[in-house]
Amino acid sequence: MAKRKAPEINAGSMADIAFLLLIFFLVTTTMDIDTGITRKLPPPIDNPDENIDVKDRNVLKILVNSHDMLLVDGKPGSISTLKDKAKDFMAIHPNDPKYPEIKDVEVEELGGRIVKASKGVISLKNDRGTSYGMYIRVQNELARAFNEMKDEASMLYYGVKYTQLVDETKIEVINDLVPVRVSEAEPEDIGGGN
Amino acid sequence: MSRFKTNKGKESPGINTSSLPDIIFMLLFFFMVTTVMREVTVMVKQNMPSASEVQKLERKSLVSFIYIGEPKESKKYGTNARIQLNDVFAKVEDVPLFVAREKESRDEADRKLLTTSLKVDGDTKMGVVTDVKQELRKSNALKINYSTKKVSADKLKR
Repeated sequence: MAKRKAPEINAGSMADIAFLLLIFFLVTTTMDIDTGITRKLPPPIDNPDENIDVKDRNVLKILVNSHDMLLVDGKPGSISTLKDKAKDFMAIHPNDPKYPEIKDVEVEELGGRIVKASKGVISLKNDRGTSYGMYIRVQNELARAFNEMKDEASMLYYGVKYTQLVDETKIEVINDLVPVRVSEAEPEDIGGGN
Repeated sequence: MSRFKTNKGKESPGINTSSLPDIIFMLLFFFMVTTVMREVTVMVKQNMPSASEVQKLERKSLVSFIYIGEPKESKKYGTNARIQLNDVFAKVEDVPLFVAREKESRDEADRKLLTTSLKVDGDTKMGVVTDVKQELRKSNALKINYSTKKVSADKLKR
C-alpha cells in the first residue's frame, strides 16, 4: 500500500487571524503609567493627649484655608514663593534664633565626616474646604524644595545630581541628610469661611 | 550578440510573505503581554491635578486604588464628591474593610509594600480626602500616592 502523504494545512490565513487578534489588543491596550506624589502617612497615635513637643522655632507652619489662600509662618503667602521659603527655612543658618536649630550628624559613609543638619519640620495644615488641586500644588512645591535640597547635597558630596545616583548606600546617605519632613497635622477646621 | 541581458519581459518576483504571520505574532505577543485590562469602571470624574515632582508607581500588582470625585452621572447620584471602591460607591467607614480585603488578596510577604493610590479629582474638597486618609491611617495602610498628571515645573507656573 502506498504511503499517504498527510495533507498540508494551508497557513495562508494565519496572518489574517493574527492580525485580527493584534488589532484587538492594540485597541484595548492603555499605556498610561500611573504617576503621583508618594507620601507616608504618620502611624496612628494610641494616645492623642500625648503630644510630641517640637520647639516653635523648628516648625514652619503652612496653613491653607477654604478659599485656597496660604498662610506661611503667620503671614499671607503665595504658591510662587513657597518653595524658596521652605528651602530658606530648612537651610543651615548658624546662630540665628529665627531659624531652626542645627545638629551635628556624623556620617560614616562619608568617612566619619560631621555634617550640619537642620532640625526643621514643615507642618502642613489644611481646611476641610480646601480644594484638592490646591493641596497637591502645595505638596508639589514642598516636594520640589526637598528635591532641590537633595540635589544640592548630592552635588556637594558626590558631584552628581540626586536623580543620577545609582549606589543604594549613597541614596540612603542623602535621604538621611535631607529627610522629607513634612508633617500633616491632625485634621481640624481652621476656618476661612465656607 | 549583446553582453547584457535585458530584463524585458521578465516579471519581478513576488515577495515571499510566508514569514508575515511570524512578524504579526511577535507584535501580537508584545501587546498581549503589555496589556493591562481595566478592572473597574470609574464612575466619578477624574480630572487629576498636575504636579512636577512625581514618581512612577512601581509594581502595579501591589497598588490598590481609591477613586474620589463628583459622580459622572450627577443627575442620578448628585454632585457631592463620592468615594468609589472597586465598582461601587462607598462610605468612609467602608475604607478599612476595603484595605483589609486588598491586603488579604496579596501575598503575605508583599503586604507591607502595599500602596494605596488616591485618584482624586482636582475640584474635590479636602474634607473627604482627609477622612479617607484618617481611615487609612487607622487601618495601617500608610503608604499612599496622590495620583497626578506629570508636567514640567515651568508649565506649572502658567
